[in-house]
Order: sequence, then C-alpha cells, then structure tokens
Amino acid sequence: MSKQTKTLNLNFGPQHPAAHGVLRLILELDGEVVEKADPHIGLLHRGTEKLIENKTYSQAIPYFDRLDYVAPMNQEHAFALAIEKILDIEVPIRGQYIRVIFCEIGRILSHILNITTQALDVGALTPSLWGFEEREKLMEFYERVSGSRLHANYFRPGGVHQDLPRGLDTDILKFCNEFPKIIDDLETLLTDNRIFKQRNVDIGIVSKDDALEYSFSGVMMRGSGVPWDLRKSQPYDCYEQLSFKVPIGKNGDCYDRYLCRVEEMRESVKIIKQCLEQLPKGPVKSQDNKITPPPKKEIKESMEALIHHFKLFTEGYRVKKDEIYTAVEAPKGEFGVYLISDGSSKPYKCKIRAPGFSHLQAMDYLIKGHMLADVPAVLGSLDIVFGEIDR
Amino acid sequence: MLKNSDLEKKINSELNTKVSSSKVAHKTLNVSIEKNDLKEVLLFLKTNPDMKFKQLIDITAVDYPNKKNRFRMIYLLLSHEFNKRIVIDFPLNENEKVFSITGIFPSANWMEREVFDMYGIDFQDHPDLRRILTDYEFEGYPLRKDFPITGHKEVRYSEEKKKVIYEPVKLEQDYRNFDYNSPWQGTEYIKQIKKNNE
Repeated sequence: MSKQTKTLNLNFGPQHPAAHGVLRLILELDGEVVEKADPHIGLLHRGTEKLIENKTYSQAIPYFDRLDYVAPMNQEHAFALAIEKILDIEVPIRGQYIRVIFCEIGRILSHILNITTQALDVGALTPSLWGFEEREKLMEFYERVSGSRLHANYFRPGGVHQDLPRGLDTDILKFCNEFPKIIDDLETLLTDNRIFKQRNVDIGIVSKDDALEYSFSGVMMRGSGVPWDLRKSQPYDCYEQLSFKVPIGKNGDCYDRYLCRVEEMRESVKIIKQCLEQLPKGPVKSQDNKITPPPKKEIKESMEALIHHFKLFTEGYRVKKDEIYTAVEAPKGEFGVYLISDGSSKPYKCKIRAPGFSHLQAMDYLIKGHMLADVPAVLGSLDIVFGEIDR
Repeated sequence: MLKNSDLEKKINSELNTKVSSSKVAHKTLNVSIEKNDLKEVLLFLKTNPDMKFKQLIDITAVDYPNKKNRFRMIYLLLSHEFNKRIVIDFPLNENEKVFSITGIFPSANWMEREVFDMYGIDFQDHPDLRRILTDYEFEGYPLRKDFPITGHKEVRYSEEKKKVIYEPVKLEQDYRNFDYNSPWQGTEYIKQIKKNNE
C-alpha cells in the first residue's frame, strides 16, 4: 500500500533575518526535506547599470560602493582598472599600494561579516558581537581616508582621491598586529565548536566540476579545491610584488568555506603589513590633469588648472571608443566590469558581473535533499549581499 | 603559456567557416561569430583539450538602436587551465531568437533570464524564461536605449485603498540632461547650425 504524500510550498522571506537582505525563496518541501528552491531576486534592483550609462565616468564610481556594500572599495577597483586600461594610464606606485591596502581591508570587512553572521544563523551570537567591534575599527580607517564609513568613493581612475592622512598608516599597522589575536579568539568560539560543526560539515557540498559548471568564483570555488585566485593568476596593481598564500578547501562544504575565509583574513593582514612596510613616497594619483583634477592650491593660481578642474567636473573626461572586461578578486569572488565606451564622457554600456549572482543561482542545486534547517547555513556560506546581486 | 595569437590561429583553423572576424585587444581574444553557430562554437571551446573554456563568466547584450542589427550578444568565457579569457559576440536583430546555452553551461540560466529581462531578447529552449531583476508584472525593457531613465511607473502606498498602487511617473521637475560638450569641439546644436548653413 502506498502512502499519499503532498509537498508543501513554503515562502521564505523577503524579510527574514537569515536571508541576508531581501531574498524571497520559494521552497518545495517534502516533510522537512527541501525538494526544490526557487529564489526570487530583484527586490533591491536599482538599475545601477542604466544609471551609469547616464552619468559621467567619475559620477559612476559611487554606484560601485552601493553594490557589495560590505566591501565597497573592491568594486570601485574593478571600474577604475577598466578605465585605466582603456585610457592607458599608469597608476603611481604609492597609489597602487594604498589601493591594495584598502582592498584587503575590504576583504577583512566582508569576511568578518560573513563568518559572524553565518555563526549567527546557526545559533551563535557571541562571534558577531566580537567581530563587529573589529569591523567598526576598519570602517573608521575608511572614514579617515575618504570621509565616510561605508560609501567611500575613494578610488579614481589613475590612483586614489587623496593621500593617507597623517598617522593612519601607524594605526592600520597597530590594528594588523592586534587583529590575528581576534581571529584566534573567533576560532576558539567556532572552529572546534560541536554545534557549529554539526550544522556546517558536509552541508552544501560542491564538487570541483560543479563549481566550474555553475560559474562559481572566489571562496565558493576555492573551498572545493580549485586553486584559482585572480590576485595570483591575473595580478593587477602591485599584487605581484606581495607574497601571500591562497587557502584551498578540500571537501567543498560550508565548513571548508568558513575555514578558507578565516585563513584569507590572516593572509589579508599579512598583505596589509607588507604594503605598509614597502609603502613608497610619491604621488597617489596620475599627474595627468586631463584625467585627475589638479590640487586645490593650483586652481587658485593657474588658469590652466582652473579650466581642467571645470572641465573635469562638468563634462568629465572622454574615454576613447573601446571595450574591455576587467575583473578583480573581490571578497565574494570574481567581480567584473564589462565596459563599452563610445568616445564621449559617459559609458555606452557598463555590465557588472557580480559573483553572488552565480552563487545564488546554484541554490537549488546546493540545497536539494537537505533539511529546511540547512537553508540558512547554506545561504550563509554563499556569502550573498543583495546590493550586488540585484544591482 | 598559451599565447593569444596562437589561440587565435587555432580557433580560426578549427572553426574557420564559423568565425567572421577575430582580434586580440587588451590581452583578450575577441571572436565574432554568426548567431546560428553559437552552440557549436561554445561546445568546441568548452570541450577542446587545447582550450578548456570551462567557465561561463557572463552573458550580456548591447543595444545599438540605429544599427541594422539592433543588438549585439556578448559571451565571456574563462579557461582556468590556460589562464585565458575569450569574448564571443554576434549581431542580432530585434525579432530574432537566440539559442539558449543552458544545456552547455547550467550557469547560463539566470544570465539569459537577465538579458531577457533587460533587453527583451528571447531565448529558444530556455527552461524557465521569466523576468528576474525587475518587479513582478513589470513592462518594458530597462536597458534598451529608448527606455527612459525615470521609468514609466512609480509605486506608493494609497491611504484610501489601503494598498500599494502603481501610477505613471510624476516628476516635480523634468529630468535634465546637460550637454557639457565644448562648443569648440562641436556640440550637437552647433553641428546642426553648420549643417543648415551648408
């Protein structure tokens, strides 16, 4: 005799503390086992790409802060690199180092948020309280260098907006010396924690091949044992001069991805330290005043500087007709910009390739056959931020 | 390390009838093909042991309202083995359909949905072609150049009806698009005057 069963449709979100933003997930459940997951996204869609087409290149940079808003400068970096390659401008070496320092700070910001909220999703409160204290310190560095804690608008094609304020480098160094201890503390709370392991080990396993098939990148791919990091394989700025390791996972489950993120934070600290040690003197942005504005002092004295300033902030600089794809290793994976310029001062098209988009797409594949309670664990380890997915 | 020029030669010789043009720009190989060869070309690039473009990075389209073929489809692929990127593109008319490549790359599913959502390009044999980023029951295709930046509809909560309602966009002030082009370099209106005088 066969039993009559019926699947249950469950609407998860759009407002749910474990959805990490506004995700609506339609789950088809057989008892407590998930049979199908259909993510509905776009609740945070702001039409970033359309807006960028209607703004000059320098007006477009702030939109990149608002994509993955937990690691804003990494996105700006991709856009700045794209324009630099088309215009063929050289970034002064000090500018490159400062950019790398802040990209790695962004990586730590993002990974702290992810690790601690993932722990929160599976029932541990303390890590988030400890982690957010550190994030606050890092965001203070953002504020000191750019004037705002989150939406920095600090990178520019050709370098960065302005030099580090006095004393900031020593404060960052001080943080780098203290932070590994905090990572150790976080690890004592989580890494061998029985509950944390029960919730994460062997959950959401991704095989090597599937990681490629589903266009995974970043930790999602490295957690499955694919040694691929754009900072190593296609280095940009001064990453070639720095020595760091790329942590690789073995099993491709949520727990391995957590371990990868922890190790990546340690490597980021090393990178920042190296940058601070090697930090050369000199200009922080390209000295070509057709692209970067002249210093304020000059504007008051030189007519040419005044004209440059006026042109840059009204019409903006023109970018010759070309198209290019540039990608950076953002904390969440490969963040790319496909930029098509038409010779005017506004991009003709700017397609943003967000890593989280592909990761969330695989939700159905990842969660099929798991229990309902594993949904937050898998979502947490995907490291999704809706700013970049919905654009 | 595989050179771009070698890769270009190889692709040209293996797929000679299918490649309309190819060039290396910014250290990336760009290959233009015909619409109907898409599946074969992608399958070749993915499976050939000298290529191994196993990862689909992104799919997108570009709108050129004044061209004979209005759209251009762009496919970005990445080969981990050879550390290479490749850009595949082909022109597309407004009414034409594109073959879905979800059978070759499962990750194409949402990417194609996004192109459909933003440009209204239809994909043949796509398992689940729904809008993805825009609102339920949204009308129009936002990334087409003729779609206004302000959109057509806005939402607000209606106190009388006690629900969220859709209304045509009402702006307090018209959207302003300033023309900052230097008159010396020939702004549109100067060009127009010149043309009329001639």
